[in-house]
Amino acid sequence: MPYKVLKVRVTKLIEIKGVSHSYKTAAGPLPVLKDLSLSIAEGDFCAVVGPSGCGKSTLTRLIAGLMFPDSGEVLLHGEQVKSPRKSVGMAFQNPVLLEWRTILQNVILPLEIVAPRMPKEQKEERARALLAMVGLQGFEGKRPSELSGGMRQRASLCRSLVHKPDILILDEPFGALDAFTREDLWQLMHQLRIDEPFTALLITHDLRESVYLADQVVVLSGRPATTQFVLDIDVPGPRPIDMLYSMQAVEWLAQLRNQIEIAQGRGGEKDMTA
Amino acid sequence: MTRHDLQKILSPIIAIIIVLALWEFWVWYMGWPTYKMAAPSDLWPAFWQYRELFAINAWQTLWRTVVGLGLAVVVGTILGMIMGLSRVLNDALYPLLVGFNAIPKATVVPVVALIFIGQHDFNTILVAFMISFFPISVSIAIGLSTLEPEYRDILRSLGASRLTVFWKIALPKTLPEFFGALKVAVTLAFIGTNLVEIVAPHGRGLGSLFDSGRIASNYPLMFAVLIALAVLGILLYYIVVALERIFAGWAERRPT
Ligand SMILES: Nc1ncnc2c1ncn2[C@@H]1O[C@H](COP(=O)(O)OP(=O)(O)O)[C@@H](O)[C@H]1O
Ligand SMILES: [Mg+2]
Repeated sequence: MPYKVLKVRVTKLIEIKGVSHSYKTAAGPLPVLKDLSLSIAEGDFCAVVGPSGCGKSTLTRLIAGLMFPDSGEVLLHGEQVKSPRKSVGMAFQNPVLLEWRTILQNVILPLEIVAPRMPKEQKEERARALLAMVGLQGFEGKRPSELSGGMRQRASLCRSLVHKPDILILDEPFGALDAFTREDLWQLMHQLRIDEPFTALLITHDLRESVYLADQVVVLSGRPATTQFVLDIDVPGPRPIDMLYSMQAVEWLAQLRNQIEIAQGRGGEKDMTA
Repeated sequence: MTRHDLQKILSPIIAIIIVLALWEFWVWYMGWPTYKMAAPSDLWPAFWQYRELFAINAWQTLWRTVVGLGLAVVVGTILGMIMGLSRVLNDALYPLLVGFNAIPKATVVPVVALIFIGQHDFNTILVAFMISFFPISVSIAIGLSTLEPEYRDILRSLGASRLTVFWKIALPKTLPEFFGALKVAVTLAFIGTNLVEIVAPHGRGLGSLFDSGRIASNYPLMFAVLIALAVLGILLYYIVVALERIFAGWAERRPT
């Protein structure tokens, strides 16, 4: 059953309004985000691209409630984010699996924090179901080091989804994988959106990845980052991989490419349409 | 039992037999009397003659080493946690610890003996502790301060407390380094214990037995004590190895 991209985005799950943030460093404050705004509707997949070091990971930490902005608002369900919440799932470029736990026990980890009283069998059942969804049945008892990079990233995705988070925050999770494994995982993401619906914020360096996966691509300017450009990708999912070779996709990619060059300060005319 | 296991047990035994044989041959060849150099064949009679003393003193040495090491583990872990979790305290404490560690402990023994006169058990444990906590605190501090932020964030983003993050992630992740340090520390604590036992007047433990052998010019006894110390040292070391297998066995690369 294909899922639809909502034309009218009614429920805003995440709203970031005019957020600015600086880090205190030895050399004085380092402004990282400046008047950044974006919003993500419930069930949407939002990709954020931008030059390296522009503040993308900082943005994820603000949404996760691990940090708070100097000014501006980060709203979840219309309420200001004041602390970490149990309803966030995170996955990173480094799968950060715990070597002293089996794959199954790794996936269960968030449930131990979020639902400590849930019976063990129930936790395991949930984790097993997810592992089966990503094609890791039979690997539940293995140690992380016994798995390939792609498999570890699959397990890491399961861990970020196991507690049914409101928002899935993916910080370049496919960045370290080889091209073929990466495409496998892209397709898996589309499949997961059917089996295990989620709202996602994906940080990526890969424009093809953003166009293939996202309903909305946000380009951030160089540091301090602000919203430079927003692109809607109105293609229903699950998308076949050759969607990337359609005229429309090529056009989008060229547009994004151009925006990145502007963000890096190398582009033609400075375009600041937010 | 596989060939590999058999080889693992047999090869050190054969090595020991060869060393003893060479030693015996050497003493016989040089024609040394026992008051100059004892041969392995002289050791067993000495050991058997004083077997009760050996048992009592070995126990003394063992328990004081273990208590000193236990103290080093507790204090070393706490210090390591403080330094690993706070940059400021790390900068403040590190030079102090390095300086303290650099002081040869042989010079500390008379000082300790003077401050706590007659407290033989206490002195021994104190020196065993002082000599062995350093590697433990450093390993814990480094393990904690090098924890990648992502490891912390997967739990912190769910609202887990610092303590939970420490308990579920930081501590287990540091265990391999901790046991590496503990292997060094156990040998150091053992040296510390013996140092006090040998130097302190009216001491107890294998160190004092060695000293009474020296005073009586009983060379077979002295050598027998050295062998007993070696055996005890090996025992302590392999107890740590066994604990490492149990608690940090996951860090061992499995042959694939
Ligand atoms: N805790 C911190 N303290 C000081 N500076 C930081 C800190 N974290 C990140 N930075 C700096 O802020 C900038 C943005 O970092 P980050 O959000 O990780 O960028 P991105 O993920 O887009 O590559 C970088 O220049 C980085 O060096
Ligand atoms: Mg980053």
